[in-house]
Amino acid sequence: MTKANDPKNNQTDTSSEAHFYLSMHQVTTSFGTSTETILEIVNEGIIPVQHDDDDYEEWRFDDDACRRIRLVLQLNRDLGVNVAGAALVLELLNEIEELHSLLAHLRS
Amino acid sequence: MEYKDYYKIMGLDRGASQDEVKRAYRKLARKYHPDVSKEANAEENFKDLGEAYDVLKDPDKRAKYDQYGQYWKTQGQGYNPEPGADQQQQSQRYETSDMSGFEDFINTLFRQRNQQQQHAAYYDQGQDIHAKLNISLEDSFTGAEKTLQLQMPNLDGQGNMTQQMHAIRVKIPKGIANKQQIRLKGQGSKGHGHKPGDLYIEIHITPHPFFHIQGKNIFLKTPISPWEATLGATIKVPTLAGNVNLKIPKLSQSGKQMRLKGRGLPGNPAGDQLITLEIVIPTTDNEQMVKLYEQMAQLAQFNPREKLGVSHD
Repeated sequence: MTKANDPKNNQTDTSSEAHFYLSMHQVTTSFGTSTETILEIVNEGIIPVQHDDDDYEEWRFDDDACRRIRLVLQLNRDLGVNVAGAALVLELLNEIEELHSLLAHLRS
Repeated sequence: MEYKDYYKIMGLDRGASQDEVKRAYRKLARKYHPDVSKEANAEENFKDLGEAYDVLKDPDKRAKYDQYGQYWKTQGQGYNPEPGADQQQQSQRYETSDMSGFEDFINTLFRQRNQQQQHAAYYDQGQDIHAKLNISLEDSFTGAEKTLQLQMPNLDGQGNMTQQMHAIRVKIPKGIANKQQIRLKGQGSKGHGHKPGDLYIEIHITPHPFFHIQGKNIFLKTPISPWEATLGATIKVPTLAGNVNLKIPKLSQSGKQMRLKGRGLPGNPAGDQLITLEIVIPTTDNEQMVKLYEQMAQLAQFNPREKLGVSHD
């Protein structure tokens, strides 16, 4: 499912990667946020990190972590939700989605 | 640019106070936020809402919108001078015979808004663009190519930041699961003068009428008749790849789950399709059938509510 980067690809070919990892620096640049904010998100338990040490330069964020980061930042930007609130919102949204899915399945 | 009634969009009277405007925005933002909302047109509504709020929350912009907004529709058909003091003010403000002049005016009014316009479909505060794309379950199963329309900030020749529509062809990998992301390197915002960023797309699989997806597995409730349940049967069952035969053992109860290995979303490993059996009865007035049922009732001597501690009567 992962399509490796083909050196023959020119600019117009959009190769899509389905699995990727970003470093702390890449994440902050990608989202236009600060290390402090990402640390806050990690400390809230929203995303897991591989090593529970202070060397956050070594951390790697997978696509699911990036998805959560995007959600937290967007909730903050659009609805004024702080990180603690966003953590709760994410959990509730997950639960609601599972319930909807179950409901739809039972009704079909 | 088409005319939009910002008051209507926000559900406000034209005389609403600034506080009321703010409150209405907060409430509707929660309602239509695409990450939170289940409404059908959430993204579009959120975008319109942002546009409306941006104008109405600023007393200056709001005043201009109030004054010129209602004349917007008549502009396209040529200027119709209306008697009254307003007319003098208007002809001083802009070239009424020059359509582009009016557009420039409106654009000046709204350029500020454009730069801060919130695009519900994506997040772009950093170097990269993070977008969401809806696909169907079939798209994931077969893989697909979709065109994503994004309004991206663009630095033009004069150093002005404008919004430009970019169409990007995206290859949807086969078997991609809900909420998974794909990354397109170098497809992020252009025109920054340095290396363009990346484009991240979060995939959302829209709910299917009868296949329910969880990760790579697909769940399907499958109705069977009482005789199929009792006698066992080989039935045809839909999968993403087409119909397959499923052998139901005899004496299968409602709720029995059966696994079709590898019939879920493709991948390494592929997901499965899980079938839940549900016994349904035919509605019938057929007298012969009814008689047969009555005979069976006699023969079976079956108390389905035994476990409830209720005797059969």
